[in-house]
Amino acid sequence: MQVGQRFRAILAKDEILEQGMVDIAEVNRRRYEALRAAGQDAAPRTLPLATALDGAPVADAAVIAREEVPFGWYTTVPLRRGEAVRIVDKSGRSSVSVIGWREADTSERLNCADTAKVQWSAALSKGRVILTDMGRVFLSLVEDTSGAHDLLVGGSTPEGGSTRNTRDNFLAAASKLGLGLRDIAPCVTFFAPVSVDSGGRFVWNGHAKRAGDFVDLRAEMDLVLVLSNCAHPLDPARPAAGGPLTVVRHRAPPAAQDDACRTMSPEIARAFDFTDRLYA
Amino acid sequence: MPDPSNAIHVEEVPAERPWSRVLKRGQTLRIVDIEGQQAVDALLYCLDVPGERYSAQDTLRTQGSAYLGLGTKLVSNRGRVMAAITADTCGQHDTSAGCCSCESNAVRFGEQTKYQHACRENFILELSKHGLGKRDIVPNLNFFMNVPIDPSGNFTVVDGLPGSGHYVDLTAEMDVLCVLSNCPQVNNPCNGFNPTPVRVLLWDPLSAR
Repeated sequence: MQVGQRFRAILAKDEILEQGMVDIAEVNRRRYEALRAAGQDAAPRTLPLATALDGAPVADAAVIAREEVPFGWYTTVPLRRGEAVRIVDKSGRSSVSVIGWREADTSERLNCADTAKVQWSAALSKGRVILTDMGRVFLSLVEDTSGAHDLLVGGSTPEGGSTRNTRDNFLAAASKLGLGLRDIAPCVTFFAPVSVDSGGRFVWNGHAKRAGDFVDLRAEMDLVLVLSNCAHPLDPARPAAGGPLTVVRHRAPPAAQDDACRTMSPEIARAFDFTDRLYA
Repeated sequence: MPDPSNAIHVEEVPAERPWSRVLKRGQTLRIVDIEGQQAVDALLYCLDVPGERYSAQDTLRTQGSAYLGLGTKLVSNRGRVMAAITADTCGQHDTSAGCCSCESNAVRFGEQTKYQHACRENFILELSKHGLGKRDIVPNLNFFMNVPIDPSGNFTVVDGLPGSGHYVDLTAEMDVLCVLSNCPQVNNPCNGFNPTPVRVLLWDPLSAR
């Protein structure tokens, strides 16, 4: 049965009630089971292998801009759909906290909660995506050497006496765009190997960091990112840790129908469809 | 332990509905899951400067662990303690999964679920009474919602706790606006597929009782 046919076969709650079934929980549970069965007909694709440290070079002709961001500092990166940013942790000692907004409506923003919930995973790696709060794809992880990133703990703060920190960096960057504290949502931090142990405690897996680790984030809509180059709050080496970041904005074609991120799961395929409608 | 007989305010929040109230410093709010398996989404805003609000990441970073329970300090985006969990019969609450929305439901469960009531609709309506809006909604507290995260990162909303009468107490450590959404989600197990009412009780500070 086609997915669409199956959805149409699921009776609306009111229809079933009219037929005399009054157990609302049972009606809803049956709908959930039908939706889950439909969603899982196409099992989530196996995620691609991590990019090699010397893999996926950016052609000189594709480079739009290049910047070095000193340790402790931030930069603002506007990206059009059809562009990507490569973020390189040259020293292997930095972490990069990222927030961002859709350019046309800054109330739509990078959303860590929906990113984890929709993908059934708090672990980002190549082939995964980062969603907005509006059911659309914000960024795709099209290249990633690391696979060790944090959606849960967030960036560094002034507590503990660090003059330069992610909370203050985000506030400064947002303010320069006419935004403020209200617009700073939880961040994703790249090159921050955080996991949760069986007791619920956060664990820092420092061995997973390597000099030269990089990610390529492809913009799926016109957007603005803020990157903050600070040590992660769980990094035992902070605040002494860190080195410069290389940030390369480059041209990257929008996701094709067979794109590895787009086809990762039925949920993500829908999120891409909803995003495409902005540009249809 | 607060005594229900001397609560200054008791109210039932119907299934699927929002609720809000200012909690003065020292006051304690109890949320009671009357029938069981009912998630309650919550946001806190600093009354003086609402740009300062509950922050899930600051809360988790401060306590060093991924779930909320008795003793958890609820921390703002300025790093200040807004409230603490001072009683909890449940043991583990989520703050990483955010609230349900029409838009995320459409992605997760199919486009036909876009036209179902959701927590973000509740939050928007309730926040509008206080001059706030969608821009002010951040990933929230999810009381009575269990989202275990395993060491590989797997992240799953599982069944809520069965049994009636579970409760959690929040004691305000500054004057805060507390906004709740009695979660209407029927597409996953967080409400046992059947949203039900919850009860809120409010007590003045111990010294004033």
